[in-house]
Amino acid sequence: MNVNDIIDSAWVILLQFPLMRVLLPESEGHQGLSAALRALLGDLTFLNFLSLYRPLSAFVSIFMSTCLSVRSPVDEEGVHDSFNQLIAEQSQNGGPSEAFELQQLQRDLDEEGRDGIAYLSSPGGRQGQRDMEWEDDERQTDSLIAERWSSATLKVLSSMPSRTIGRSRGAIISQYYNRTMQLRRRRQSRPAIRDFSRSARPSIRDYGIGADTTDAEEAERNKRERLVNNLQNLSVSDRVRMLRGMPLSVAEKSGLRRLALQKESHALSSSKIPCCSRLKYYIIIAVRQSWYSWLSFLHSLQLWQVALKRVSGRFGTGVLSYFLFLKTLLFFNLFLFLVTGAFLVLPQAVHPPALSAARPAFTGLEFLTGAGYFSDTVMYYGYYSNYTLRKSCRDDVSNGTSLDCVSKRHSYNMPLAYFVTIGVAFFVTCIILVYSMSKSFGQSFRIDKSHSILAVKVFCSWDFKVIKKTSVRLMSENICIQLKELLAEVNHKNVMNTACQKLSRLMVHGLAWAICIGGNAACVYAIYHFSEHMHQNLQLTSRSTIKDPLLYEASLLALPVVVSLINLLLPGLFNLAAWMEDYESPSVRTYVAIGRNLMLKVSILGVLCYHWLGRVAADPKVIRLQCWESFVGQELYRFLLMDFIFTLLDTLFGELLWRLFSERVLKRRRMPEFDIARNVLELIYGQTLAWLGVLFTPLLPAVQILKLLLLFYIKKSSVMMNCQAPRRPYRVSQMTTIFITLLCFPSFLGASVCVTYTMWSITPSTSCGPFRELKTMFQAGKRWVEELEKDNPNLSPLAWAHSYLVEHPFFLFVGAGIFLREKIRSFL
Amino acid sequence: MISLYLQDCTYFTRKEILRLFYRYRDLAPQLVPLDYTNHPDVKLPYELIGSMPELKDNPFRQRIAEVFSEDGEGNMTLDDFLDMFSVLSEMAPRDLKAYYAFKIYDFNNDDFICKSDLEKTLNKLTRNELTEDEVRMVCEKVIDEADLDNDGRLSLEDFQHMIVRAPEFLR
Repeated sequence: MNVNDIIDSAWVILLQFPLMRVLLPESEGHQGLSAALRALLGDLTFLNFLSLYRPLSAFVSIFMSTCLSVRSPVDEEGVHDSFNQLIAEQSQNGGPSEAFELQQLQRDLDEEGRDGIAYLSSPGGRQGQRDMEWEDDERQTDSLIAERWSSATLKVLSSMPSRTIGRSRGAIISQYYNRTMQLRRRRQSRPAIRDFSRSARPSIRDYGIGADTTDAEEAERNKRERLVNNLQNLSVSDRVRMLRGMPLSVAEKSGLRRLALQKESHALSSSKIPCCSRLKYYIIIAVRQSWYSWLSFLHSLQLWQVALKRVSGRFGTGVLSYFLFLKTLLFFNLFLFLVTGAFLVLPQAVHPPALSAARPAFTGLEFLTGAGYFSDTVMYYGYYSNYTLRKSCRDDVSNGTSLDCVSKRHSYNMPLAYFVTIGVAFFVTCIILVYSMSKSFGQSFRIDKSHSILAVKVFCSWDFKVIKKTSVRLMSENICIQLKELLAEVNHKNVMNTACQKLSRLMVHGLAWAICIGGNAACVYAIYHFSEHMHQNLQLTSRSTIKDPLLYEASLLALPVVVSLINLLLPGLFNLAAWMEDYESPSVRTYVAIGRNLMLKVSILGVLCYHWLGRVAADPKVIRLQCWESFVGQELYRFLLMDFIFTLLDTLFGELLWRLFSERVLKRRRMPEFDIARNVLELIYGQTLAWLGVLFTPLLPAVQILKLLLLFYIKKSSVMMNCQAPRRPYRVSQMTTIFITLLCFPSFLGASVCVTYTMWSITPSTSCGPFRELKTMFQAGKRWVEELEKDNPNLSPLAWAHSYLVEHPFFLFVGAGIFLREKIRSFL
Repeated sequence: MISLYLQDCTYFTRKEILRLFYRYRDLAPQLVPLDYTNHPDVKLPYELIGSMPELKDNPFRQRIAEVFSEDGEGNMTLDDFLDMFSVLSEMAPRDLKAYYAFKIYDFNNDDFICKSDLEKTLNKLTRNELTEDEVRMVCEKVIDEADLDNDGRLSLEDFQHMIVRAPEFLR
């Protein structure tokens, strides 16, 4: 592994893994990546240069192993050499407090009464004593070793059945010996010659043909030794991954691990590393260690762990997926907030610009409208300066005329920073979204063969996360009903519908779709005209003096209220249409519902974007707007807030009052169901608004974070009090994939297209904001490059590159696309 | 030192291992010592394991305990306990879970899921709500669908073949 590989892998890992670990801590396989991180350290033969710098190395190893939990053979002698010490350390940190929460959970569940103690059936041996067909096994798997397959093929092949994969320990060891062999061959061109015994030719040895012994035990011992040998020669990450994935007991795995590590500590190679790359290795290691420890700290924060466990214990993984999606969105917004806060808000807050007009007085209405007192603050685009912020040193203040000596050192080019920050934030979000989408796809995409539905239902429908007794009973009932239905379907083969019945069904479907599309079109038309009416209203009021500023500001809330009302009521119409259509298959019903809701939201957002970018931004003078970007930012703030308020109202009326109504008045015991798909679409809609608004309101992610935090607790309480789990089977991994895809494609793509369009073609306001005198926002970057070129003519190639690559976005997108494709392929 | 080998053999971080150790100890504080450096041979009986909230109401709790315990009777050492939770956690890959799921559903431990195993599975799943006829029909259909080598029972490879096609295999 040379330095370039290391740096390349470091870049990949640093960029993709840490954010993934933060954003999707629940995802499968992130442990593999964390081990990859550690592997990169192990591979640099950390031991070697440490042994040469003994004092420093001792300090570094102790420091790192205590603080940063390095796992390399060196710190086997590290600080935590007894469990006792570990426990003592943890108990000082208040370790048992988590145990207390879990005890609380246990007490909650115990209230239902204890189950009787189960009977004990006759014991069985843990591993069978089957006879192995060694030659068969080897001949079969040798063909796998013979060629070098791509990693995807190997993955598929390794999960395919093989005739002789048995359950005995010997079989497992043999299987894993072959897997480690494949892995070694994949990682290197061939195993090193020194690993072979002298007496055998390398080519035959490679194929692992066993010794001439026919004794099964001896053969097993041989295999075991060779497995240990292979394990020892793998990198640390691969070894850990292999060990974890072996279906052996922990005691045996630890035995294998001990043997492998013993051999490794004996076989330290004494190869020298060239002098100058040692420093590079050291820096890379230190950086990666600190980054990794920061990540494990974040992971240990365990946001909402007990709450999520309660929800999943009662409702299962379906409802849990909604809350996990919320958590994911929270981390996206946190990232956005940190980036914009650090690079935009903080510098501008520290260097406030001179205020042109007096700030209006603070009334309480600002929290709703976002205008008034807030309009000339760091919250909106209009506050940001269009010059380079410099730290000025004032010599003589007492005189009144102070000479500002401008220091050249601490200068901060605000327009460039604004442009680059927004661009980079969107780019990184895009990468993360595409990565998580591809991973989700990889997990959930399966050929949907219809002939094993019953078997799948029997073996895969039990949700092990559900632990509450009543929920378990409910789940059993549901499974029973589904099995009965499936059985009925399979037994009584579908009665052929007559042509008349088919026609009537088609008509019903057509009618329902017509209602939905008609309703949708009517609402969009209504919004279009209402927004135009409000626009004209604004024109009129702006010409005459404003009689009542409060009323004026309140009238700005009219459009958001109308849109949120439509968002709330129209899905009810869609539900009605679906009830009329009466789909047989619940998954088709869910997809149709998602499609209709999506159509509604996309069309609403389209009309609104046209209103803001096409009407308001095109001619801001008509409504006497000094700063149309701040106005659009305020509109987005209002929309976000109204969305939140209406979600609250919906939770209140839709869930709480409906439950009370159905219990008291209708006297039914059934509580309303939690509609997962609709709630997730609401979250996606809110997130689209947030992404649209980042350019105009850098603090909008903070508002979104607050909103998501509140929403989590409100939804959680409402679900626990008022709802029951969905009765129909909910295919979690497929739905999660769909939702991540929806978040990426219509939502993020639409938002980034709008933002790109704004930056590329719309003229910024002339009197406010960081892009004041420019023709388009994009020119900020161009101007900076031109200035650089003026200052330093040597950088003219950079200007040339910039003008060709960045100004022609085609190359940028193609390059990004190719790069992303390669990285995704290597991770799939 | 102990936790290092556990971290490499299970899918847990050190903190999680510690938390699980506390929970193991809480089941029987007088039996489980705090100091594990000498690898004490402590086994908790099945009744205690089966009383944990995660397993209490699970119809398969006994099979789970039997599969993961060393002696096959459900009495678990700390290693077995951690192994069980590691495989049941979200971080374990699908193949590993499929392997253990097969063992759990194999009630008579003959390395095949035969008809009687299937019947027992179904009864546990549905709490004996299905009629005898329905149980029989479902078993027949399942073996029909999933049995690839046509020996009337499901072997591990049949099971894995079916699981590979089902993205909803959660556990």
